[in-house]
Amino acid sequence: MYLRRRIIDRLSGTWMVISLVTILLLPLIIGVGLYIKAAPVFEQHTLTELITSSNWAPTKGKFGFWPFIAGSLYVTVLAFIFSAPVCLLAAIHLTQYASKKLVRIIHPVIDILAGLPSVIYGVWGILIIVPFISGYLAPLFGQNTTGYSILAGGIVLAIMCIPYMLNMLMEVFKTVPMGTREASLSLGATYWESIKHVVIRHSRPGIVSAFGLSLAKAFGETIAVMMVVGNRVLSSLNPFDPGYPLPALIANNYGEMLSIPMYDAALMFAALLLLVIILVINLFFRYLIHKTQKA
Amino acid sequence: MSFSNIDTMTEVSVEQREINDVSSTILQIKDLNVYVEDHHILKNINLEIPKNRVTVLLGPSGCGKTTLLKCMNKLTDLYRELEVSGSILIDGDDILNTSKNVPSIRQKMGLLSQRPYPLPVSIYKNVAYGIKLKGIRDKKLIQYSVQKNLEEVGLWDEVKDRLNSPATSLSIGQQQRLCLARGLAVKPRIILADEPTSALDPISSKTIEELFRRLKKHYTIILVTHVLRQAIRLADNVVFMSDGAIIEQGSPDELFNNPQTDKLKEYLVEGN
Ligand SMILES: Nc1ncnc2c1ncn2[C@@H]1O[C@H](COP(=O)(O)OP(=O)(O)OP(=O)(O)O)[C@@H](O)[C@H]1O
Ligand SMILES: [Mg+2]
Repeated sequence: MYLRRRIIDRLSGTWMVISLVTILLLPLIIGVGLYIKAAPVFEQHTLTELITSSNWAPTKGKFGFWPFIAGSLYVTVLAFIFSAPVCLLAAIHLTQYASKKLVRIIHPVIDILAGLPSVIYGVWGILIIVPFISGYLAPLFGQNTTGYSILAGGIVLAIMCIPYMLNMLMEVFKTVPMGTREASLSLGATYWESIKHVVIRHSRPGIVSAFGLSLAKAFGETIAVMMVVGNRVLSSLNPFDPGYPLPALIANNYGEMLSIPMYDAALMFAALLLLVIILVINLFFRYLIHKTQKA
Repeated sequence: MSFSNIDTMTEVSVEQREINDVSSTILQIKDLNVYVEDHHILKNINLEIPKNRVTVLLGPSGCGKTTLLKCMNKLTDLYRELEVSGSILIDGDDILNTSKNVPSIRQKMGLLSQRPYPLPVSIYKNVAYGIKLKGIRDKKLIQYSVQKNLEEVGLWDEVKDRLNSPATSLSIGQQQRLCLARGLAVKPRIILADEPTSALDPISSKTIEELFRRLKKHYTIILVTHVLRQAIRLADNVVFMSDGAIIEQGSPDELFNNPQTDKLKEYLVEGN
Protein backbone atom coordinates (compact mmCIF):
# COMPACT_ATOMS: atom_id res chain seq x y z
CA MET A 1 0.00 0.00 0.00
CA TYR A 2 2.70 2.39 1.02
CA LEU A 3 4.77 1.40 -2.01
CA ARG A 4 1.88 2.19 -4.31
CA ARG A 5 1.41 5.61 -2.78
CA ARG A 6 5.09 6.24 -3.11
CA ILE A 7 5.11 5.28 -6.77
CA ILE A 8 2.12 7.50 -7.51
CA ASP A 9 3.80 10.26 -5.61
CA ARG A 10 6.97 9.87 -7.65
CA LEU A 11 5.14 9.59 -10.96
CA SER A 12 2.98 12.62 -10.39
CA GLY A 13 6.08 14.56 -9.40
CA THR A 14 7.86 13.52 -12.58
CA TRP A 15 4.84 14.40 -14.68
CA MET A 16 4.68 17.85 -13.19
CA VAL A 17 8.35 18.43 -13.94
CA ILE A 18 7.95 17.23 -17.52
CA SER A 19 4.90 19.41 -18.11
CA LEU A 20 6.64 22.38 -16.59
CA VAL A 21 9.75 21.94 -18.70
CA THR A 22 7.66 21.59 -21.85
CA ILE A 23 5.83 24.81 -21.08
CA LEU A 24 9.07 26.59 -20.35
CA LEU A 25 10.69 25.25 -23.51
CA LEU A 26 7.75 26.08 -25.78
CA PRO A 27 8.71 29.67 -26.58
CA LEU A 28 12.27 28.55 -27.13
CA ILE A 29 11.21 25.77 -29.49
CA ILE A 30 8.98 28.14 -31.45
CA GLY A 31 11.72 30.74 -31.55
CA VAL A 32 14.38 28.31 -32.74
CA GLY A 33 12.03 26.85 -35.35
CA LEU A 34 11.25 30.29 -36.73
CA TYR A 35 14.91 31.19 -36.70
CA ILE A 36 15.92 28.13 -38.72
CA LYS A 37 13.21 28.85 -41.27
CA ALA A 38 14.16 32.51 -41.44
CA ALA A 39 17.87 31.86 -41.72
CA PRO A 40 18.15 32.17 -45.54
CA VAL A 41 17.06 35.78 -45.35
CA PHE A 42 20.01 36.58 -43.11
CA GLU A 43 22.40 35.34 -45.76
CA GLN A 44 21.55 38.25 -48.00
CA HIS A 45 20.50 40.92 -45.53
CA THR A 46 21.79 42.18 -42.23
CA LEU A 47 19.45 42.34 -39.24
CA THR A 48 19.61 46.13 -39.07
CA GLU A 49 18.77 46.37 -42.74
CA LEU A 50 15.75 44.11 -42.32
CA ILE A 51 14.44 46.03 -39.36
CA THR A 52 15.19 49.61 -40.34
CA SER A 53 14.84 49.60 -44.11
CA SER A 54 11.58 50.84 -45.60
CA ASN A 55 12.21 49.33 -48.96
CA TRP A 56 9.59 46.63 -49.44
CA ALA A 57 9.81 44.97 -52.88
CA PRO A 58 9.72 41.20 -52.46
CA THR A 59 9.91 40.52 -56.18
CA LYS A 60 13.19 42.41 -56.27
CA GLY A 61 14.43 40.68 -53.15
CA LYS A 62 14.03 43.79 -51.00
CA PHE A 63 12.65 43.11 -47.54
CA GLY A 64 12.51 46.23 -45.41
CA PHE A 65 10.21 45.55 -42.45
CA TRP A 66 10.22 48.97 -40.88
CA PRO A 67 6.82 50.07 -42.32
CA PHE A 68 5.23 46.95 -40.89
CA ILE A 69 6.81 47.35 -37.50
CA ALA A 70 5.83 51.01 -37.47
CA GLY A 71 2.32 50.14 -38.62
CA SER A 72 1.92 47.65 -35.80
CA LEU A 73 3.26 50.06 -33.22
CA TYR A 74 1.07 52.85 -34.54
CA VAL A 75 -2.15 50.84 -34.39
CA THR A 76 -1.26 49.43 -30.97
CA VAL A 77 -0.38 52.78 -29.47
CA LEU A 78 -3.56 54.34 -30.83
CA ALA A 79 -5.59 51.48 -29.39
CA PHE A 80 -3.87 51.92 -26.07
CA ILE A 81 -4.48 55.67 -26.01
CA PHE A 82 -8.17 55.10 -26.75
CA SER A 83 -8.75 52.24 -24.33
CA ALA A 84 -6.51 52.83 -21.30
CA PRO A 85 -8.18 55.97 -19.88
CA VAL A 86 -11.65 54.57 -20.52
CA CYS A 87 -10.80 51.30 -18.78
CA LEU A 88 -9.07 52.98 -15.87
CA LEU A 89 -12.01 55.27 -15.14
CA ALA A 90 -14.60 52.57 -15.73
CA ALA A 91 -12.77 50.14 -13.46
CA ILE A 92 -12.49 52.75 -10.73
CA HIS A 93 -16.15 53.55 -11.03
CA LEU A 94 -17.29 49.94 -11.06
CA THR A 95 -15.16 48.89 -8.10
CA GLN A 96 -15.33 52.02 -5.96
CA TYR A 97 -18.59 53.80 -6.66
CA ALA A 98 -21.05 51.53 -8.40
CA SER A 99 -23.63 49.52 -6.52
CA LYS A 100 -23.21 45.77 -6.34
CA LYS A 101 -26.26 45.39 -8.55
CA LEU A 102 -24.70 47.30 -11.42
CA VAL A 103 -21.51 45.29 -11.13
CA ARG A 104 -23.53 42.09 -11.18
CA ILE A 105 -25.09 43.18 -14.48
CA ILE A 106 -21.85 44.46 -16.00
CA HIS A 107 -19.72 41.43 -15.29
CA PRO A 108 -21.39 38.98 -17.69
CA VAL A 109 -21.51 41.68 -20.35
CA ILE A 110 -17.76 42.17 -20.09
CA ASP A 111 -17.20 38.43 -20.19
CA ILE A 112 -19.29 38.09 -23.33
CA LEU A 113 -17.41 40.93 -24.99
CA ALA A 114 -14.09 39.39 -24.02
CA GLY A 115 -15.16 36.04 -25.44
CA LEU A 116 -16.37 37.30 -28.83
CA PRO A 117 -14.24 35.98 -31.70
CA SER A 118 -12.14 38.73 -33.19
CA VAL A 119 -13.65 38.26 -36.63
CA ILE A 120 -16.88 39.67 -35.23
CA TYR A 121 -15.10 42.81 -34.14
CA GLY A 122 -13.63 42.96 -37.64
CA VAL A 123 -17.01 42.72 -39.34
CA TRP A 124 -18.43 45.26 -36.96
CA GLY A 125 -15.50 47.55 -37.75
CA ILE A 126 -16.18 47.26 -41.47
CA LEU A 127 -19.88 47.95 -41.02
CA ILE A 128 -19.65 50.81 -38.54
CA ILE A 129 -16.20 52.24 -37.96
CA VAL A 130 -14.94 52.31 -41.54
CA PRO A 131 -17.97 54.16 -42.97
CA PHE A 132 -18.03 56.43 -39.91
CA ILE A 133 -14.44 57.45 -40.57
CA SER A 134 -14.84 57.94 -44.31
CA GLY A 135 -18.26 59.60 -44.02
CA TYR A 136 -17.96 61.83 -40.93
CA LEU A 137 -14.64 61.88 -39.17
CA ALA A 138 -12.29 62.34 -42.12
CA PRO A 139 -14.28 65.19 -43.75
CA LEU A 140 -14.22 66.93 -40.38
CA PHE A 141 -10.43 67.02 -40.61
CA GLY A 142 -10.47 67.77 -44.32
CA GLN A 143 -9.21 64.31 -45.20
CA ASN A 144 -10.18 62.02 -47.98
CA THR A 145 -10.12 58.32 -47.17
CA THR A 146 -11.83 55.04 -47.85
CA GLY A 147 -12.07 54.59 -44.09
CA TYR A 148 -9.82 51.56 -44.15
CA SER A 149 -7.06 53.14 -42.13
CA ILE A 150 -4.68 53.07 -39.20
CA LEU A 151 -7.34 54.95 -37.25
CA ALA A 152 -9.97 52.29 -37.96
CA GLY A 153 -7.50 49.62 -36.86
CA GLY A 154 -6.75 51.56 -33.68
CA ILE A 155 -10.42 52.02 -32.81
CA VAL A 156 -11.40 48.40 -33.46
CA LEU A 157 -8.38 47.18 -31.54
CA ALA A 158 -9.19 49.54 -28.67
CA ILE A 159 -12.72 48.17 -28.47
CA MET A 160 -11.36 44.63 -28.48
CA CYS A 161 -8.94 45.52 -25.70
CA ILE A 162 -11.52 47.18 -23.46
CA PRO A 163 -13.20 44.10 -21.99
CA TYR A 164 -9.87 42.38 -21.53
CA MET A 165 -8.19 45.35 -19.87
CA LEU A 166 -11.27 46.31 -17.87
CA ASN A 167 -11.56 42.82 -16.44
CA MET A 168 -7.96 42.83 -15.31
CA LEU A 169 -8.13 46.33 -13.86
CA MET A 170 -11.27 45.48 -11.92
CA GLU A 171 -9.57 42.45 -10.43
CA VAL A 172 -6.63 44.67 -9.54
CA PHE A 173 -8.76 47.29 -7.81
CA LYS A 174 -10.71 44.65 -5.95
CA THR A 175 -7.54 43.58 -4.18
CA VAL A 176 -7.36 46.88 -2.32
CA PRO A 177 -8.42 45.96 1.21
CA MET A 178 -11.60 47.62 2.41
CA GLY A 179 -9.76 48.37 5.66
CA THR A 180 -7.19 50.49 3.87
CA ARG A 181 -9.89 52.54 2.20
CA GLU A 182 -11.68 52.92 5.53
CA ALA A 183 -8.42 54.03 7.12
CA SER A 184 -7.89 56.69 4.50
CA LEU A 185 -11.43 58.03 4.83
CA SER A 186 -11.28 58.04 8.60
CA LEU A 187 -8.10 60.10 8.47
CA GLY A 188 -10.10 62.79 6.71
CA ALA A 189 -9.61 62.03 3.04
CA THR A 190 -12.44 62.54 0.58
CA TYR A 191 -13.57 59.70 -1.62
CA TRP A 192 -11.48 60.88 -4.52
CA GLU A 193 -8.41 61.53 -2.37
CA SER A 194 -8.64 58.00 -1.06
CA ILE A 195 -8.83 56.64 -4.58
CA LYS A 196 -5.88 58.74 -5.70
CA HIS A 197 -3.59 58.15 -2.74
CA VAL A 198 -4.63 54.69 -1.64
CA VAL A 199 -6.50 52.71 -4.26
CA ILE A 200 -4.41 53.67 -7.27
CA ARG A 201 -1.20 53.68 -5.31
CA HIS A 202 -1.88 50.24 -3.93
CA SER A 203 -2.79 48.97 -7.39
CA ARG A 204 0.13 50.43 -9.32
CA PRO A 205 1.94 47.18 -10.07
CA GLY A 206 -1.37 45.63 -11.09
CA ILE A 207 -2.28 48.55 -13.34
CA VAL A 208 1.10 48.35 -15.03
CA SER A 209 0.75 44.65 -15.63
CA ALA A 210 -2.81 45.01 -16.95
CA PHE A 211 -1.57 47.65 -19.38
CA GLY A 212 1.42 45.52 -20.38
CA LEU A 213 -0.58 42.37 -21.02
CA SER A 214 -3.14 44.35 -23.01
CA LEU A 215 -0.42 45.95 -25.12
CA ALA A 216 1.23 42.63 -25.85
CA LYS A 217 -2.10 41.11 -26.78
CA ALA A 218 -3.02 44.10 -28.93
CA PHE A 219 0.30 44.01 -30.73
CA GLY A 220 -0.26 40.46 -31.87
CA GLU A 221 -3.96 40.78 -32.68
CA THR A 222 -4.43 39.89 -36.33
CA ILE A 223 -7.82 39.26 -37.85
CA ALA A 224 -9.91 42.21 -36.73
CA VAL A 225 -7.17 44.71 -37.44
CA MET A 226 -6.40 43.15 -40.79
CA MET A 227 -10.04 43.57 -41.82
CA VAL A 228 -10.13 47.35 -41.34
CA VAL A 229 -6.61 48.68 -41.55
CA GLY A 230 -6.31 48.74 -45.35
CA ASN A 231 -3.27 46.48 -45.65
CA ARG A 232 -1.11 48.85 -47.64
CA VAL A 233 2.46 49.47 -46.76
CA LEU A 234 2.52 52.42 -44.40
CA SER A 235 3.73 55.51 -46.18
CA SER A 236 2.83 58.38 -43.87
CA LEU A 237 1.98 59.11 -40.25
CA ASN A 238 -1.49 60.29 -41.21
CA PRO A 239 -3.90 58.09 -39.20
CA PHE A 240 -6.44 58.34 -42.02
CA ASP A 241 -4.05 56.51 -44.33
CA PRO A 242 -3.97 52.75 -44.47
CA GLY A 243 -1.24 50.72 -42.85
CA TYR A 244 -0.01 47.18 -42.77
CA PRO A 245 0.80 45.69 -39.38
CA LEU A 246 3.15 42.77 -39.03
CA PRO A 247 0.61 40.06 -38.09
CA ALA A 248 -1.59 41.06 -41.03
CA LEU A 249 1.37 40.76 -43.37
CA ILE A 250 2.03 37.22 -42.25
CA ALA A 251 -1.60 36.14 -42.26
CA ASN A 252 -2.31 37.65 -45.67
CA ASN A 253 0.69 36.31 -47.50
CA TYR A 254 1.83 33.11 -45.96
CA GLY A 255 1.00 30.23 -48.23
CA GLU A 256 0.63 32.49 -51.23
CA MET A 257 3.31 33.98 -53.38
CA LEU A 258 5.78 31.48 -52.11
CA SER A 259 7.15 31.25 -55.60
CA ILE A 260 8.97 34.48 -54.96
CA PRO A 261 12.42 33.53 -53.74
CA MET A 262 13.13 34.26 -50.09
CA TYR A 263 9.56 35.36 -49.44
CA ASP A 264 8.96 32.35 -47.26
CA ALA A 265 12.03 33.05 -45.18
CA ALA A 266 11.17 36.74 -44.95
CA LEU A 267 7.72 35.97 -43.58
CA MET A 268 9.28 33.61 -41.05
CA PHE A 269 11.54 36.44 -40.06
CA ALA A 270 8.43 38.62 -39.62
CA ALA A 271 6.95 36.01 -37.31
CA LEU A 272 10.17 35.82 -35.35
CA LEU A 273 10.21 39.59 -35.11
CA LEU A 274 6.64 39.56 -33.79
CA LEU A 275 7.60 37.01 -31.18
CA VAL A 276 10.62 39.00 -30.08
CA ILE A 277 8.74 42.31 -29.89
CA ILE A 278 5.97 40.78 -27.80
CA LEU A 279 8.62 39.21 -25.58
CA VAL A 280 10.32 42.59 -25.20
CA ILE A 281 7.02 44.27 -24.31
CA ASN A 282 6.41 41.60 -21.70
CA LEU A 283 9.88 41.86 -20.22
CA PHE A 284 9.74 45.63 -20.17
CA PHE A 285 6.48 45.61 -18.23
CA ARG A 286 7.76 42.97 -15.89
CA TYR A 287 10.63 45.30 -15.13
CA LEU A 288 8.21 48.20 -14.61
CA ILE A 289 6.10 46.12 -12.24
CA HIS A 290 9.21 45.23 -10.33
CA LYS A 291 10.11 48.90 -10.06
CA THR A 292 6.66 50.05 -8.98
CA GLN A 293 6.48 47.33 -6.39
CA LYS A 294 9.67 48.56 -4.84
CA ALA A 295 8.72 52.23 -4.83
CA MET B 1 11.80 75.22 20.66
CA SER B 2 9.43 76.99 18.37
CA PHE B 3 6.72 74.40 18.72
CA SER B 4 6.41 74.55 22.47
CA ASN B 5 3.35 76.74 22.06
CA ILE B 6 1.62 73.94 20.17
CA ASP B 7 2.21 71.61 23.04
CA THR B 8 0.91 74.03 25.60
CA MET B 9 -2.10 74.74 23.44
CA THR B 10 -3.08 71.12 23.20
CA GLU B 11 -2.36 70.51 26.84
CA VAL B 12 -4.48 73.42 28.00
CA SER B 13 -7.39 72.32 25.90
CA VAL B 14 -7.06 68.76 27.13
CA GLU B 15 -7.05 69.87 30.74
CA GLN B 16 -10.03 72.08 30.18
CA ARG B 17 -11.86 69.22 28.64
CA GLU B 18 -11.11 67.11 31.67
CA ILE B 19 -12.20 69.73 34.14
CA ASN B 20 -15.29 70.93 32.34
CA ASP B 21 -16.87 67.88 30.86
CA VAL B 22 -15.90 64.84 32.83
CA SER B 23 -19.34 63.39 32.75
CA SER B 24 -20.80 65.02 29.68
CA THR B 25 -21.79 63.27 26.51
CA ILE B 26 -19.55 63.55 23.49
CA LEU B 27 -21.47 61.42 21.04
CA GLN B 28 -25.15 60.78 20.93
CA ILE B 29 -26.85 58.15 18.83
CA LYS B 30 -30.57 58.44 18.24
CA ASP B 31 -32.88 55.88 16.64
CA LEU B 32 -30.17 54.35 14.53
CA ASN B 33 -31.34 51.62 12.19
CA VAL B 34 -29.34 49.77 9.60
CA TYR B 35 -30.73 47.41 7.01
CA VAL B 36 -29.22 45.31 4.26
CA GLU B 37 -32.19 44.53 2.07
CA ASP B 38 -34.46 42.64 4.52
CA HIS B 39 -31.82 42.00 7.11
CA HIS B 40 -32.17 44.34 10.08
CA ILE B 41 -28.57 44.70 11.27
CA LEU B 42 -28.92 47.48 13.85
CA LYS B 43 -32.23 47.85 15.63
CA ASN B 44 -33.21 51.21 17.01
CA ILE B 45 -29.95 52.03 18.72
CA ASN B 46 -30.03 54.85 21.26
CA LEU B 47 -26.76 55.47 23.02
CA GLU B 48 -24.82 58.21 24.71
CA ILE B 49 -21.07 57.98 24.85
CA PRO B 50 -19.52 59.75 27.87
CA LYS B 51 -16.55 62.01 27.28
CA ASN B 52 -13.03 60.94 28.24
CA ARG B 53 -14.20 57.52 29.26
CA VAL B 54 -13.67 54.08 27.84
CA THR B 55 -16.90 52.61 26.57
CA VAL B 56 -16.63 48.92 25.81
CA LEU B 57 -18.97 47.33 23.29
CA LEU B 58 -19.56 43.65 23.97
CA GLY B 59 -21.63 41.08 22.21
CA PRO B 60 -21.59 37.81 20.34
CA SER B 61 -20.10 37.62 16.87
CA GLY B 62 -22.34 39.11 14.20
CA CYS B 63 -24.40 41.21 16.61
CA GLY B 64 -23.49 44.43 14.82
CA LYS B 65 -20.64 45.94 16.84
CA THR B 66 -18.45 46.67 13.83
CA THR B 67 -21.39 48.08 11.93
CA LEU B 68 -22.21 50.38 14.84
CA LEU B 69 -18.63 51.68 14.91
CA LYS B 70 -18.70 52.23 11.16
CA CYS B 71 -21.88 54.26 11.48
CA MET B 72 -20.19 56.54 14.00
CA ASN B 73 -17.83 57.96 11.41
CA LYS B 74 -20.03 57.27 8.44
CA LEU B 75 -17.81 54.64 6.88
CA THR B 76 -21.07 52.97 5.99
CA ASP B 77 -20.82 55.19 2.89
CA LEU B 78 -18.37 52.68 1.48
CA TYR B 79 -20.99 49.96 1.59
CA ARG B 80 -23.69 50.98 -0.81
CA GLU B 81 -25.92 48.08 0.20
CA LEU B 82 -26.34 49.40 3.75
CA GLU B 83 -29.38 51.55 4.44
CA VAL B 84 -28.71 53.75 7.44
CA SER B 85 -31.29 55.94 9.18
CA GLY B 86 -31.36 57.88 12.43
CA SER B 87 -28.90 60.41 13.70
CA ILE B 88 -25.47 60.49 15.29
CA LEU B 89 -24.57 63.77 16.93
CA ILE B 90 -21.06 64.88 17.63
CA ASP B 91 -20.55 68.48 18.74
CA GLY B 92 -24.06 69.22 17.57
CA ASP B 93 -23.38 68.00 14.04
CA ASP B 94 -25.39 65.06 12.84
CA ILE B 95 -22.82 63.12 10.87
CA LEU B 96 -25.44 61.02 9.14
CA ASN B 97 -27.44 63.97 7.87
CA THR B 98 -25.10 66.88 7.64
CA SER B 99 -24.33 69.13 4.77
CA LYS B 100 -21.06 69.97 6.48
CA ASN B 101 -17.73 68.57 5.49
CA VAL B 102 -17.91 64.88 6.41
CA PRO B 103 -14.13 64.26 6.07
CA SER B 104 -13.41 66.86 8.72
CA ILE B 105 -16.04 65.39 11.05
CA ARG B 106 -14.43 61.99 10.50
CA GLN B 107 -11.15 63.47 11.70
CA LYS B 108 -12.73 63.89 15.09
CA MET B 109 -12.56 60.12 15.30
CA GLY B 110 -9.53 57.92 15.00
CA LEU B 111 -10.09 54.41 13.77
CA LEU B 112 -8.20 51.34 14.84
CA SER B 113 -9.36 48.17 13.18
CA GLN B 114 -9.11 44.49 13.86
CA ARG B 115 -5.94 44.12 11.90
CA PRO B 116 -3.62 46.93 10.93
CA TYR B 117 -4.25 48.45 7.52
CA PRO B 118 -1.24 50.60 6.79
CA LEU B 119 -1.57 52.88 3.78
CA PRO B 120 0.58 51.73 0.84
CA VAL B 121 3.22 54.37 1.53
CA SER B 122 6.20 54.83 3.84
CA ILE B 123 6.08 54.79 7.62
CA TYR B 124 6.56 58.54 7.71
CA LYS B 125 3.88 59.23 5.12
CA ASN B 126 1.38 57.05 6.96
CA VAL B 127 1.51 59.41 9.90
CA ALA B 128 1.85 62.54 7.78
CA TYR B 129 -1.18 61.59 5.65
CA GLY B 130 -3.89 62.83 7.98
CA ILE B 131 -1.86 65.86 9.04
CA LYS B 132 -1.52 66.94 5.43
CA LEU B 133 -5.24 66.37 4.87
CA LYS B 134 -5.87 68.87 7.63
CA GLY B 135 -4.28 71.40 5.33
CA ILE B 136 -1.00 71.66 7.22
CA ARG B 137 1.80 72.25 4.73
CA ASP B 138 4.65 73.39 6.99
CA LYS B 139 7.24 70.61 6.67
CA LYS B 140 8.79 71.21 10.07
CA LEU B 141 5.46 71.13 11.78
CA ILE B 142 4.58 67.88 10.02
CA GLN B 143 7.93 66.36 10.98
CA TYR B 144 7.47 67.44 14.55
CA SER B 145 4.01 65.99 14.74
CA VAL B 146 5.04 62.70 13.10
CA GLN B 147 7.80 62.24 15.64
CA LYS B 148 5.61 63.22 18.56
CA ASN B 149 2.88 60.77 17.65
CA LEU B 150 5.29 57.94 16.96
CA GLU B 151 6.80 58.62 20.36
CA GLU B 152 3.36 58.60 21.90
CA VAL B 153 2.83 54.99 20.80
CA GLY B 154 6.40 54.00 21.65
CA LEU B 155 7.38 53.36 18.06
CA TRP B 156 9.78 56.22 17.41
CA ASP B 157 12.95 54.52 18.58
CA GLU B 158 12.11 51.42 16.58
CA VAL B 159 11.49 53.21 13.28
CA LYS B 160 13.42 56.49 13.40
CA ASP B 161 16.16 55.09 11.16
CA ARG B 162 13.82 53.75 8.53
CA LEU B 163 11.03 56.26 8.27
CA ASN B 164 11.06 55.94 4.49
CA SER B 165 10.63 52.18 4.40
CA PRO B 166 7.20 50.89 3.43
CA ALA B 167 4.88 50.59 6.40
CA THR B 168 4.22 46.99 5.45
CA SER B 169 7.81 46.12 6.36
CA LEU B 170 6.91 46.49 10.04
CA SER B 171 5.70 43.63 12.20
CA ILE B 172 1.96 43.35 12.75
CA GLY B 173 2.23 44.70 16.28
CA GLN B 174 4.32 47.64 15.10
CA GLN B 175 1.87 48.25 12.26
CA GLN B 176 -1.01 48.41 14.71
CA ARG B 177 0.85 50.98 16.79
CA LEU B 178 1.62 52.89 13.59
CA CYS B 179 -2.09 52.90 12.77
CA LEU B 180 -2.80 54.27 16.24
CA ALA B 181 -0.12 56.94 15.79
CA ARG B 182 -1.48 58.05 12.44
CA GLY B 183 -4.96 58.22 13.96
CA LEU B 184 -3.73 60.30 16.89
CA ALA B 185 -1.89 62.63 14.53
CA VAL B 186 -5.14 64.16 13.30
CA LYS B 187 -5.96 65.02 16.93
CA PRO B 188 -9.20 63.11 17.19
CA ARG B 189 -11.41 63.34 20.23
CA ILE B 190 -12.77 59.86 20.02
CA ILE B 191 -10.87 56.65 19.29
CA LEU B 192 -12.94 53.95 17.67
CA ALA B 193 -11.18 50.65 18.25
CA ASP B 194 -12.59 47.46 16.76
CA GLU B 195 -10.93 44.49 18.46
CA PRO B 196 -7.59 46.26 18.10
CA THR B 197 -5.60 43.49 19.73
CA SER B 198 -7.24 40.42 18.25
CA ALA B 199 -4.57 39.92 15.58
CA LEU B 200 -1.68 40.67 17.89
CA ASP B 201 0.63 38.55 19.99
CA PRO B 202 0.26 38.85 23.78
CA ILE B 203 3.09 41.34 24.18
CA SER B 204 1.88 43.66 21.42
CA SER B 205 -1.65 43.40 22.83
CA LYS B 206 -0.39 44.44 26.20
CA THR B 207 1.42 47.42 24.70
CA ILE B 208 -1.76 48.59 22.97
CA GLU B 209 -3.78 48.06 26.12
CA GLU B 210 -1.32 50.10 28.17
CA LEU B 211 -1.47 52.84 25.56
CA PHE B 212 -5.22 52.90 25.89
CA ARG B 213 -4.97 53.20 29.63
CA ARG B 214 -2.73 56.22 29.13
CA LEU B 215 -4.79 57.71 26.30
CA LYS B 216 -8.07 57.55 28.16
CA LYS B 217 -7.07 60.64 30.12
CA HIS B 218 -7.27 62.73 26.99
CA TYR B 219 -9.52 60.83 24.63
CA THR B 220 -12.90 59.21 24.55
CA ILE B 221 -12.39 55.58 23.62
CA ILE B 222 -14.99 53.25 22.19
CA LEU B 223 -13.61 49.75 22.26
CA VAL B 224 -15.02 46.57 20.80
CA THR B 225 -13.49 43.52 22.35
CA HIS B 226 -14.16 39.85 22.82
CA VAL B 227 -11.64 39.62 25.63
CA LEU B 228 -13.66 39.97 28.82
CA ARG B 229 -10.56 40.49 30.95
CA GLN B 230 -9.55 43.35 28.70
CA ALA B 231 -13.02 44.82 29.02
CA ILE B 232 -12.84 44.57 32.80
CA ARG B 233 -9.38 46.14 32.87
CA LEU B 234 -10.27 49.09 30.66
CA ALA B 235 -13.97 49.82 30.78
CA ASP B 236 -15.65 52.74 32.50
CA ASN B 237 -18.88 52.03 30.76
CA VAL B 238 -20.10 48.83 29.13
CA VAL B 239 -22.66 48.31 26.39
CA PHE B 240 -23.86 44.80 25.70
CA MET B 241 -25.39 44.10 22.32
CA SER B 242 -27.09 41.08 20.90
CA ASP B 243 -28.65 40.53 17.51
CA GLY B 244 -28.44 44.17 16.48
CA ALA B 245 -29.92 45.68 19.63
CA ILE B 246 -28.54 47.09 22.85
CA ILE B 247 -29.55 44.73 25.64
CA GLU B 248 -27.88 46.23 28.67
CA GLN B 249 -25.59 49.10 29.50
CA GLY B 250 -24.01 50.51 32.61
CA SER B 251 -20.86 50.44 34.71
CA PRO B 252 -18.58 47.39 34.50
CA ASP B 253 -19.53 46.52 38.03
CA GLU B 254 -23.24 46.50 37.22
CA LEU B 255 -22.89 44.45 34.08
CA PHE B 256 -20.20 42.00 35.04
CA ASN B 257 -21.24 41.33 38.62
CA ASN B 258 -24.93 41.77 38.35
CA PRO B 259 -26.19 40.98 34.85
CA GLN B 260 -29.93 41.40 34.43
CA THR B 261 -30.71 39.53 31.23
CA ASP B 262 -30.25 35.89 30.34
CA LYS B 263 -28.43 36.82 27.17
CA LEU B 264 -25.73 38.69 29.05
CA LYS B 265 -25.47 35.99 31.70
CA GLU B 266 -24.99 33.40 28.99
CA TYR B 267 -22.42 35.57 27.21
CA LEU B 268 -20.44 36.11 30.40
CA VAL B 269 -20.42 32.43 31.23
CA GLU B 270 -19.27 31.44 27.77
CA GLY B 271 -16.72 34.22 27.63
CA ASN B 272 -15.02 33.01 30.79
N1 LIG C 1 -22.01 45.19 4.02
C1 LIG C 1 -22.77 44.22 4.51
N2 LIG C 1 -23.56 43.49 3.71
C2 LIG C 1 -24.33 42.50 4.20
N3 LIG C 1 -24.39 42.17 5.49
C3 LIG C 1 -23.62 42.86 6.36
C4 LIG C 1 -22.77 43.91 5.92
N4 LIG C 1 -22.12 44.41 6.98
C5 LIG C 1 -22.55 43.70 8.03
N5 LIG C 1 -23.44 42.77 7.67
C6 LIG C 1 -24.14 41.82 8.56
O1 LIG C 1 -24.46 42.50 9.74
C7 LIG C 1 -24.29 41.68 10.87
C8 LIG C 1 -23.41 42.37 11.89
O2 LIG C 1 -22.10 42.43 11.40
P1 LIG C 1 -20.92 43.07 12.25
O3 LIG C 1 -19.69 42.93 11.45
O4 LIG C 1 -21.30 44.43 12.63
O5 LIG C 1 -20.85 42.11 13.51
P2 LIG C 1 -19.85 42.16 14.72
O6 LIG C 1 -20.65 42.31 15.95
O7 LIG C 1 -18.78 43.14 14.49
O8 LIG C 1 -19.25 40.69 14.69
P3 LIG C 1 -17.78 40.20 15.06
O9 LIG C 1 -17.70 40.16 16.54
O10 LIG C 1 -17.69 38.82 14.48
O11 LIG C 1 -16.81 41.15 14.44
C9 LIG C 1 -23.74 40.38 10.36
O12 LIG C 1 -24.79 39.46 10.29
C10 LIG C 1 -23.22 40.70 9.00
O13 LIG C 1 -23.35 39.60 8.14
MG1 LIG D 1 -16.67 43.01 14.17
